[in-house]
Order: sequence, then C-alpha cells, then structure tokens
Amino acid sequence: MQTRPMRWLRRNVVVIAGVLALGYLILPNLVVLAFSFNKPKGRYNYTWNHFSTDAWQHPCGVADMCGSLTLSLRLAVYATIGATVLGTMTAFALARYRFRGRAATNMLIFLPMAMPEVVMGASLGTLFLNMRIRFGFWTILIAHIMFCLSFVVVAVKARIMSMDPRLEQAAQDLYATPAQTFLRITLPLAAPGIAAGALLSFALSFDDYIITSFNAGSTVTFPMFVWGSAQRGTPVQVNVIGTAMFVVAVLLVVAGQLVGGRRRGARS
Amino acid sequence: MTTARTAAPGDAVRLSGLSKTYGSFTAVHPLDLAVPAGSFFALLGASGCGKTTTLRMIAGLEDPTAGSVALGGQDVTALPPYKRPVNTVFQNYALFPHLDIYENVAFGLRRRGIKSVKQQVGDMLDLVQLGGLARRKPHQLSGGQQQRVAVARALINKPEVLLLDEPLGALDLKLRRQMQLELKRIQTEVGITFIHVTHDQEEAMTMADTVAVMNAGRVEQLGAPADLYENPGSTFVANFLGTSNLIEAEVTGTSGGDVHLVAAGQRLTLPAARCAAEATAGGTVLAGVRPEKIALAHRDDEDAIPEGRNRVPGRIVDSSFIGVSTQYVIDSPVCPELEVFVPNVERDGRLVPGAPVVLHWNPAHTFGLDAAQDIDAGLDADAEEAAHLPAAPGRGGAGKDSAAKDGTAAEAAV
Repeated sequence: MQTRPMRWLRRNVVVIAGVLALGYLILPNLVVLAFSFNKPKGRYNYTWNHFSTDAWQHPCGVADMCGSLTLSLRLAVYATIGATVLGTMTAFALARYRFRGRAATNMLIFLPMAMPEVVMGASLGTLFLNMRIRFGFWTILIAHIMFCLSFVVVAVKARIMSMDPRLEQAAQDLYATPAQTFLRITLPLAAPGIAAGALLSFALSFDDYIITSFNAGSTVTFPMFVWGSAQRGTPVQVNVIGTAMFVVAVLLVVAGQLVGGRRRGARS
Repeated sequence: MTTARTAAPGDAVRLSGLSKTYGSFTAVHPLDLAVPAGSFFALLGASGCGKTTTLRMIAGLEDPTAGSVALGGQDVTALPPYKRPVNTVFQNYALFPHLDIYENVAFGLRRRGIKSVKQQVGDMLDLVQLGGLARRKPHQLSGGQQQRVAVARALINKPEVLLLDEPLGALDLKLRRQMQLELKRIQTEVGITFIHVTHDQEEAMTMADTVAVMNAGRVEQLGAPADLYENPGSTFVANFLGTSNLIEAEVTGTSGGDVHLVAAGQRLTLPAARCAAEATAGGTVLAGVRPEKIALAHRDDEDAIPEGRNRVPGRIVDSSFIGVSTQYVIDSPVCPELEVFVPNVERDGRLVPGAPVVLHWNPAHTFGLDAAQDIDAGLDADAEEAAHLPAAPGRGGAGKDSAAKDGTAAEAAV
C-alpha cells in the first residue's frame, strides 16, 4: 500500500527534479539581477542596502567599462565571423575529401577543446612574444578565432556527415551546376550546424578570460575589466550588463523555440 | 506534357562497351545495350549485379572505366550530370527536405532559367495526383506521395530518358502494386523512355516492354517479359524469373524437331527450338518446366493420361493451399524437389502428402538448358537482396553511395 504523499511524489518526481535543476542554474542570475538594483553602502556590492535604478539609468557611468564592453562585442563579432567561415570550410574539407594530413587535422582540431586554457594561452603568448608581435586587439582576435574554430568544425562536420549525399546528386541531376548545388542545397542543409557553431563561438569569445589575459597586453576586454574591478569592488553596472546579457540570451532561446515550435505545428 | 510525344526513330540510349571497375572488383563488365525510344525498359538483377552502377553511369553520377554512353545519338560520356538530358528518380527519392513540394518539382525548371513555372508545376502535380499538397514539406507526405513527387520532379523537365533506381523499394506490397500501375500509366501518357532498375522480377515483368536480366556485372538475357519467362537462356534466368523445375537428363537422340531425353529411366521430349544447349546424343542437358504447366494425377489414374505427354512418377512430400492454387512439392527419381502449382478447380482429395502421383505435361512446355552451369544459380538472389536493403529510408545510406553499396553487397555475397 502506498500512502498519498508517496504517490504524489512518484507522479511528480520528474517535475521536481526539473525545477530543482532549473533553480540551481538560474539562482545566480537572479542574484545578479537583484543586486543590479542595489545601492551599495561602500565599494562592495555584496550586501543589500536599498533599491535604486541608478545603475540602469547610467550603465556607462563607470570609467572604461563601456569601452571594454564595446571591445569585447567587436572581438566576439569578428571572431565569430572568422571562426565560422574558416571552420565551415575546414569541416567540408574533412568530411568530403581525402587528402594528406586529413587524419592528423581531424585529431588536432579537437586539441583546443581538450587542452587546459592556461596552457594554450601561455604558449600562444610565448609565440607572439618570440615573433615580436605587439599584444593588442589583433593578438586577442587571432587567439579567439583559434579556439572557436574547433567548436565550429565539430558542429558543422556532424551536420554534414548526417546529410544524404544523394540530395546533392539529385540537384546535379536536375541541372544544378556545382555552385548552384552548393548554394541551393548544401548550404541550406548545413545551416543549422553553421548557426550552432557561430552562436557557440560568440558566447565563447565574449566571455573568455584566461587565454585573453595572456595575449592582451594592455588591452582590457569586458571579462578582464570585471575581474580587475572585482579586486577593488565591483561596480553595480557590471550587474546591469550581466543581467542585460542574460535577458538577451533568454530572448534568443525563446524566439528560437517559438520558430521551431511553429514549424513543428505546421507538420500536423 | 498533355500530348504524348511520338517516339523518335532510333535508340534513346545506346551503351557501347560500357564498364566500371573499383580496384580489382568489376561492377559492370563491358556492356552493349540499346534502349529504343519510348519504351519501358527494366534492368533486373539481384543486389550487386551492377544494375544501379549502370544506371548511374547513364545519369553521369558515375564515371565509366571504359566505353561510352549515347543519348538520342549524341555521345554524352564526358558531360557532367547537369548537362545531360536525363533525370533520375532516386531510391528513397532524395527529395530536398528544406523545400516544399512545389519548389522541389520546380527545381529543375528554375535551374534552367525558366521563370514562369506555375502552370507547368500545377499540371505536373495534377498528373501525379498531388494537386492539393504543393505547399507541404516532403516529411509531411506518406511514402507513396513522396514517390510521386520524385517522379514529378524528374518528369517536369521532359527528359529524353527517365531513370528509376528501385523507386518502389521502400513501399509496402499493396502500395507497390498500385504505384507500378501508376508509373506504367504515366509512361504511356507522356511517352518518355523509362529505364527502371529493380530486383523484383514481378515488378519488372508487370511494367516493362523489355527486360534485361543482369547477373554479376553482365546482361544475362534480354527480351520481352513473356519471352524471358517461357524461354530462359540460362539457369540464372530460369530460377530468378519465377520458379523452374530443372531436371538433369541424358540426350538419346533427335527426330523431327524434337530432342529425346532420358532421366532416371523416364523418357522426356523437348522441342529442339526451345533448347538453349547443344543436344548431341550421349550428352546431358537440363530439361526445365514451370510448375504451373505440370498436371498432377494420382498413380491409380495413370492410364487416363493421354499419350505423348512427358510423365514423371513421384510422391507428394508437402502441399500448401494458397487459395487460387495448391502448391505441391514432389519427391521423384528425376529430382528430389519438383514444384507443382495446381489451380483449385476440382480438388482431388487423394492428393495429400505421402500419396503416389504421376506428373505430366505437354512436351512443348519444356525448355532445355546447358547442363554445364550451376543448377541453383539465381535461387537465393531475392533473399539476399532483402538482407541488404537499407533499414531506414533517407538517412541509412548517408555515408555510402549506392555504387559502393553494390560493391560491398557483392563482396559479402562471395
């Protein structure tokens, strides 16, 4: 015989587990959100003082912060474009062609994902130093493209491998030249993989701290600014930016779900 | 599309010495073949026999190792697929999943720079009875509907030749029958030359005007379905097309257009005109007869059998009732497993397993084959094919192209 609470638990255990996991993920973000409306007493924004929208009204009120934010966004956009273009081409080469060094490339492409970031950052820094390349925007960009590349290759390659090669043959059979086949069939079919790789690249580049700090010289990206200011007391505006980023990300995901849902709905 | 094109004189497709080898494996031995314009031509064979590779070489999706392909008198061997006036209906259809039915069908026209496609696409969808589904995506359609889209997508281009690569393989039996008739209707309506690749002998015989039976990279025999069935030229064709009873017999002599044989003491007669092997007295031939040509009499009624018929004694081993007929397996001195199909007109209650019987048939229904070949050739071909069919349509064969699949299947069969 089962008691009533036990039966209720059995029926709802999945929901409970889901809510707990969600709470674990979202709680830190909620704290950040709450403290973006705080007016701290001293330099440290760790204890609740009283409600204020000051930080939201003057998000760039802290010296250098918005400069570093713009820099990080620019870096992320460029790194995403660079890594997506290079990575997509690499993925096609690896998935479609047999060439010398293919096996080695296939393995090495995973290395940036597997290696500790500290090691990669330090060795890249050493390389730039020895080549007498001045640290700054370009060295950071090169570093970001490098580690984003692997993720794009993996995402796009998986997509290409699951594509039916007969679709391209069918296109050629229906008078599409190789260029038309690529633009009309191959690229649209690979698009979800490419989009996934690009989104991942943007997120990785935007919040990278470790590798960036080895290759930045005196340039300060947003994650570096946050880390630096944390030593002296994080300004409330950092919470504002964090919350804004979180909201944008959630909106993107929800929009994606809605589009996907509508597509699924059209099926029935 | 509405008026049937008059068949142009000459051949729609001519293959000369066409061959394909992969390393040491020969998929297609040098092949000469002419397909008359406007005909429905079937390439029939088991998996790995080279039929799909041949089709792909006509489409230009596979480069031949040697030989040439001519379409309507023009050599196209060096042309890429997108410059050849042929279209293919792929196995599992290969519909573009990101385009709707309308755009799938319009694809070929658009690639050739035709702007106003609406009328043609509409007509084409009506022809295959899918008028209302233009804005659906391929995955929203059933297997039979997808198949029709694949046909429409190819036919709208009015190709000189339509190539069909096992187009009905993924459909269930009932739907397959329906689509066979449908395809035949469409072919008659548009008058385009169809080349149909299949492993299903019934399908090939139902649909095609001419059937080429392929085995191990060669065309074993070519002809009209009835002709192939009645006069197989080899044990492979005899066993692969329907069922044959093959009896090893010694030639005793010839007279007046007949070959006289003896098998396990039984005298048999065979028309010389239907003997594919050389019949010299003292030599051996295989005497073949189809199961439905044989009549079955109980041993007690032996005297009632008219003179001049081939007769063989035996004992019923097994009988299975399948409605229109009863299929018997007979153990006889001339062959341990003779098959007999008796139509269920008047059933003789004595014909049960264990009963002694006499098999008799008109000698004119006997055909002769060279005894030097494997008597069981082509017997397991169908079962083998079933084992090698891709499990799931669409994604199953993603990594391999069908040529490679043919190759591996053949190796596995060795």
